[in-house]
Amino acid sequence: MKKFLAVLHARNMEFLRDRSALVWNLAMPFMLVFGLAFTFSGGNKDIYKIGVVGSNERLTQAAPKLPTTQHLQFIPYDDLDTAINKVKHHQMDMLIDVSSAPKYWVNTSSPNGYLLERIIWGAGADKFERQAVEGAEIRYVDWFLPGILGMNMMFACLFGVGFVIVRYRKNGFLKRLKATPLGAFQFLFAQLISRLLLVVIITAIVYVGCDFFIDFNMQGSYGTLLLVTTLGAMSLISIGLLVAAHTASEELAGGMLNIVTWPMMLLSGAWFSLEGAQPWVQNIAEIFPLTHMISATRSIMNEGATLAQVMPDVWVLSLTSAVFLAIGAFVFKWE
Amino acid sequence: MHAIITATDLVKQYPGVRAVDGINLAIPQGICFGLLGPNGAGKTTTIEMLEGIHQPTSGVVLYKGEPLGARYREEVGIQFQHTALQDFLTVRETLKFFERLYAETLPIAEVIELCSLTDILDRDTRKLSGGQRQRLLLGLALINDPDLIFLDEPTTGLDPQARRNFWDLVKLVKSRNKTIVLTTHYMEEAYALCDEIAIMDKGRIVSQGTPQQLLTEHFGDVVLQIPGDDAGGKLMQMDIGAVPAGELFEIKTNRLHDTLQQLMDNGINLDRLRIRAWTLEDLFINVTGKEHKL
Repeated sequence: MKKFLAVLHARNMEFLRDRSALVWNLAMPFMLVFGLAFTFSGGNKDIYKIGVVGSNERLTQAAPKLPTTQHLQFIPYDDLDTAINKVKHHQMDMLIDVSSAPKYWVNTSSPNGYLLERIIWGAGADKFERQAVEGAEIRYVDWFLPGILGMNMMFACLFGVGFVIVRYRKNGFLKRLKATPLGAFQFLFAQLISRLLLVVIITAIVYVGCDFFIDFNMQGSYGTLLLVTTLGAMSLISIGLLVAAHTASEELAGGMLNIVTWPMMLLSGAWFSLEGAQPWVQNIAEIFPLTHMISATRSIMNEGATLAQVMPDVWVLSLTSAVFLAIGAFVFKWE
Repeated sequence: MHAIITATDLVKQYPGVRAVDGINLAIPQGICFGLLGPNGAGKTTTIEMLEGIHQPTSGVVLYKGEPLGARYREEVGIQFQHTALQDFLTVRETLKFFERLYAETLPIAEVIELCSLTDILDRDTRKLSGGQRQRLLLGLALINDPDLIFLDEPTTGLDPQARRNFWDLVKLVKSRNKTIVLTTHYMEEAYALCDEIAIMDKGRIVSQGTPQQLLTEHFGDVVLQIPGDDAGGKLMQMDIGAVPAGELFEIKTNRLHDTLQQLMDNGINLDRLRIRAWTLEDLFINVTGKEHKL
């Protein structure tokens, strides 16, 4: 017991004296709580989601009572085809186009669409031209899968590579390597590739294993899916390398990895769609590589997006990988 | 003999501490050079600047007349005081791992034989004894067939037998015309291995030369040891400078003949008299003013 208390005391003192880690560990929960409270302060009381192509003024002119009807969420869209696809896949209950003669699209197999149609008729939209679309609902599991796999990859990439490098630095292994002709970039790149192979292979095994039982919806190409997944993992590993490039404190590294992973976990669309969220929240989400990876893999799997269609995401993932790895190698410390 | 590595006006300044304060060294090819000093004297800081691990605040280190660069990394072998190895690798895999980091290497079989690693080749490196681990670390330092090898306190924590086995290895390496720079806490180790030593204190070299040169330079006298029961109280009554040292009395003198005559004249029994040679331990205490503690 005496020995246990001595070790406990020594560990507590060590933790308390590591000021930077202490600050991170204290600041992180506060930032998380405040961040969440602020992000979702508006509440999410809307029952039906309606996409709108055209300005709010045009909508008000066309059906004055509709915008003020409670429990309807209006989501602006620029691209009509994208919005129609959402209705087809039950990801949106209705689409209204007021950019020309008012029309609305509703999925004939959607119960929400059926009810919403009756609501808008009562709110002055009964003269809108009706366009029926058909399409099977995308199962929640099909929507959810890219998010959950992406999140799992995020933790494996960031913590897997970040903590290992910090441990190497702490126990002097990196110092021993510094005494050899090995360069920082070579070392980091080898770490990246090693982890990349591991993560991609494990993710592929998980996907194939689950697909055997669940039969995932896969509309697009497996090659494109693999490319996006690989680039996404590279980008996330590069962040891990950057975080671990300088510090020899596992506590500090843990804090920094948490501050990177938690916002990504909440805002990258892994758990819930950010459609309809505040624009600034959506803008922040665009910064995260995980957002692009999940968005692209969802498009490939559920909508059959081609490589050309997900090219913006591919570029973002490629560029972030290169930039984070380059900065990581530049600021890397062996000791 | 040409110096393989030189250091000129080497200074390392940390906030509030001048760890190394203007060191000059020129280490000839093929010798074992010992860097000694009490804890905090600046030995490791000095050796790590020579290794190119840390940059000096000022001063220059030249290897074969050139600044330390990529060639240096290829041609130098280093055994740090504290080193971790990659977990979950065997001795053989670790040797192979390091072998792949260099352009030119010794055949692994030669390193294995040189460092007596045959019996532990398939053992996980985490399960090695202290002596086995140090032999492996020496093997890793030799794998690129370096001209210059740094050994930073390589036998600290080893039992006497393992330490002596390690000395034999170092002598074997030295016989291949390798230059060795060694830091150690053990004076007998420095005496057994080093052709030249430098004693550091407070960031400076306070004494440098061959061990024998330094002993001669610092100790012109000899120490006579006489068992107390033979001398009785007589020694203390004589004006001869006798000092009790455990069960013995010690007398320092630079006029041996006269002192012996004086002892015989006073009827001191000299049958069990011993003349003690000065050691590096004595030298260390003499030049640093500190008792040497491990």
